[in-house]
Amino acid sequence: MTSSLRTATGVSAACAPPTGEELDGFRSSQRIAYECTEAVAATLRPGVTEKHAAHQMRRWLEERGVHDWFHQPFVWFGDRTAFVGFRVPLQFFPTNRRLEEGMPFILDCAPVMNGYTSDVGYSGCLGANPVFDVLMDGLAEHRSLVLSGVRSGRTLRDIYDDVDRLLATQGFDNRHRRYPFGVIAHRVDAVPEAGPAPVIARFGLNNLRNLGRDIRAGRRQGWSPLWGPYRSSDHGATPGLWAVEPHLGFRGVGAKFEELLVVTRDDAFWLDDDVPHVRRWRRVPTPAVNDSEELVRAAP
Amino acid sequence: MKEHRISGAGDVELAAFERGSQHHGAPTVLLVHGYPDTSAVWNPVADLLAERYRVVTYDVRGSGQSGHPRATSAYSLENLAGDLEAIVSALSPDQPVHLAGHDWGSIQSWEAVTTKPELFASFTSMSGPSLDHVAHWIRARMRLRPRPLGELVRQGVRSWYVYAFQLPLLAPLAWRLGLARAWPRVLAFGDGAQPGDGWPAPTLAADAARGVKLYRANMSDRLRRPRERSTDVPVQVIVPTGDRFVTPALADDTPRWASNCWRREVAGGHWLVRVQPDRVARWISELVDNVEHTEGAPSMERLRPSGATRAASTRLAGLVVVTGAGSGIGRATALAFAERGATIAAADINPDAVARTVELCRVLGAAAEPFTVDVSDTDVMEGFANSVESELGVPDIVVNNAGIGMAGNFLDTSVADWEKVLGVNLWGVIHGARLFGHMMRDRGEGGNIVNIASAAAFTPSKTFPAYATTKSAVLMLTESLRAELAADGIGVTAICPGVVDTGITTTTRFVGQSEDEQARRQRATKRLYQRRNFTPDRVAEAIVAAVERDTAVCPVTIEARVSQLAHRFAPGLVRKLATVDLAPR
Repeated sequence: MTSSLRTATGVSAACAPPTGEELDGFRSSQRIAYECTEAVAATLRPGVTEKHAAHQMRRWLEERGVHDWFHQPFVWFGDRTAFVGFRVPLQFFPTNRRLEEGMPFILDCAPVMNGYTSDVGYSGCLGANPVFDVLMDGLAEHRSLVLSGVRSGRTLRDIYDDVDRLLATQGFDNRHRRYPFGVIAHRVDAVPEAGPAPVIARFGLNNLRNLGRDIRAGRRQGWSPLWGPYRSSDHGATPGLWAVEPHLGFRGVGAKFEELLVVTRDDAFWLDDDVPHVRRWRRVPTPAVNDSEELVRAAP
Repeated sequence: MKEHRISGAGDVELAAFERGSQHHGAPTVLLVHGYPDTSAVWNPVADLLAERYRVVTYDVRGSGQSGHPRATSAYSLENLAGDLEAIVSALSPDQPVHLAGHDWGSIQSWEAVTTKPELFASFTSMSGPSLDHVAHWIRARMRLRPRPLGELVRQGVRSWYVYAFQLPLLAPLAWRLGLARAWPRVLAFGDGAQPGDGWPAPTLAADAARGVKLYRANMSDRLRRPRERSTDVPVQVIVPTGDRFVTPALADDTPRWASNCWRREVAGGHWLVRVQPDRVARWISELVDNVEHTEGAPSMERLRPSGATRAASTRLAGLVVVTGAGSGIGRATALAFAERGATIAAADINPDAVARTVELCRVLGAAAEPFTVDVSDTDVMEGFANSVESELGVPDIVVNNAGIGMAGNFLDTSVADWEKVLGVNLWGVIHGARLFGHMMRDRGEGGNIVNIASAAAFTPSKTFPAYATTKSAVLMLTESLRAELAADGIGVTAICPGVVDTGITTTTRFVGQSEDEQARRQRATKRLYQRRNFTPDRVAEAIVAAVERDTAVCPVTIEARVSQLAHRFAPGLVRKLATVDLAPR
């Protein structure tokens, strides 16, 4: 690692870099979450509804000891993967949309496992869909771009703009801007383990409390746990864990990945490289995986 | 030219004329004339076709030098098709012929290709639908819906003479009492068809009076008791949009009857064979060459009627040229047309960007080719136009989109700045419209030219004088060119987008500013445009709609519409606002 990270000044104790033990905890939490998405994805057949798939994911995780959430599973099928026609936040919730042959889907869940929160997004497709494939190829460049941006100490807002430029070059739409607060990423934390925890509108209260605490602290200290396109993100990445979720759209198809990025005082790395989308790229190498910086420079 | 006397159905003697290639194996093309013509109507086309094919024409019974039976029933479609069969068996007994019919010649050819398909290799139909198809067409439109009823009424009005011909004495008398003498002037006045080459024939008055029997023998029977008339013979329907007797809608249901058909909608009137013989000859030979698998035959796939058979819809699936296709509105436009099945010729100054656009078009299942082009460079543009023509053919739609932004005071704008912005924004459009416009007009099958102007075209401002000047020029160029190309069926459209979030903001030059200040203003403008959040794909959809409707000037975004209205109704206000600096800081 070359330069040290340009973090906000006077960051609170909440932004302490995670210890090795904590990293193991987060990693196994992320693994179980991805296992869940892959297991449920493998069962998806034409005719299955979003609600059914979301329910399956929830049951799968609860059977393995999950009883608190950052958020309960979200599932999107078809053009809902690109948030086509989304006007109000309620539309993010699972619907009775049925899966069909050739349809893309996204499974997104954020369980708390042994007090460690993870937040993963898995994109797939029932059968062949060339538009989906080209989106997944494009995501590979974003994964390297975000990491290199954080490592080189760029501000989160600048990295957000870098992603936007890369998106434009690739010819895709920015779909993460549709998320609440337009975030491409948000911080996640450990939460105390204390039995089943309350949930409001699919979001776990424990995690929301953490987020609220960070937002208040951040407002005083000049940083934000929500990585968005606004002035509040005009700072380097704060140490800790960030759930990064670039979401691309193209002609009514959306694809994303979501996984945890570890930021320490002087480095950053993906918590785990053994995740489904990375395995996919290894199977089918995409030519431009390492050229993302060049692409950004070439952007109009 | 060799003359034959051939015995047709019911022993009526037919005069047939043979010319052209005597080369063994050369395809035979048989041309059938309509009412009130003789085979002479085909002479200019036949001479052109004779350079490559053996060409046969003949006088239909009752006209010219052929026999003229007295009985009305002798003019039934069965007898007319019988004549056609006799001609083919006499002159091309071993090889099916390529048939082309005009007007009544086409009507009887439909009867022949649907009853004796084995005699024909292909059929080009012009301004003459099968009467049975017409009857089915009418029945399908007898519904209380505005569109089908409108089509019925329009065709009904244009068929006025059909009813008149049913009245006793009237039509024959009119022909004999002077209409025949006035006929050349009627033709020249209505369709611009000039007499000559033995046409109209000296026998016109008698032919026309007798020919009324064609209508009397067939019309009411066929329309009242239509039969199923289908064929697998390859059929090309040439549809002149300005035909004063046959509306284009009448050809809409052809795919129902001809399993293998193409539809070529062209600008022109009823006597296209006389007014544009070179084009008609080319269209016939294109079909012949395709059917015969001649090497170098141009592809006719773009003429396949897709679900919707309207001209604009088929055109949308044709060849589309887009400049500045590497990003923003250009890329979105290329993708929008690609999604509708068009073939895309994508041009951009940035080779990587245009390669990506082409890749995305292909992902959508469209054929696409990239071209690296600086639109302001005359030689490069000429080379580009030539490559498009030789590799992909003549475009159906050209979108002159490439443009750059420029902001800052007029007095700070250098000559070099002016040359740059005029080069891309104005010369680029001039070259695109000029080079492809020539091709489209020469082809004679219409098309659309879309020029991307801007809301700035009617928004004077001290903030972007150079840019607004170029865009205003594009708007005027568009309006003028539209008038010029209207007769050729080429629609010319100006699109005037307002604030659209594209890459133009990050490349706009702010004259009279330091590098840092420029970068800062580009960022500020980008953010403003992002907040406006009007995406290029919405402009692309507006472009597609404008092509479909052949809109003259199409403002896109609410600010563009308001600006256009203000320009028209409150010029004083517009002048006041022009003094406000609009650049974000």
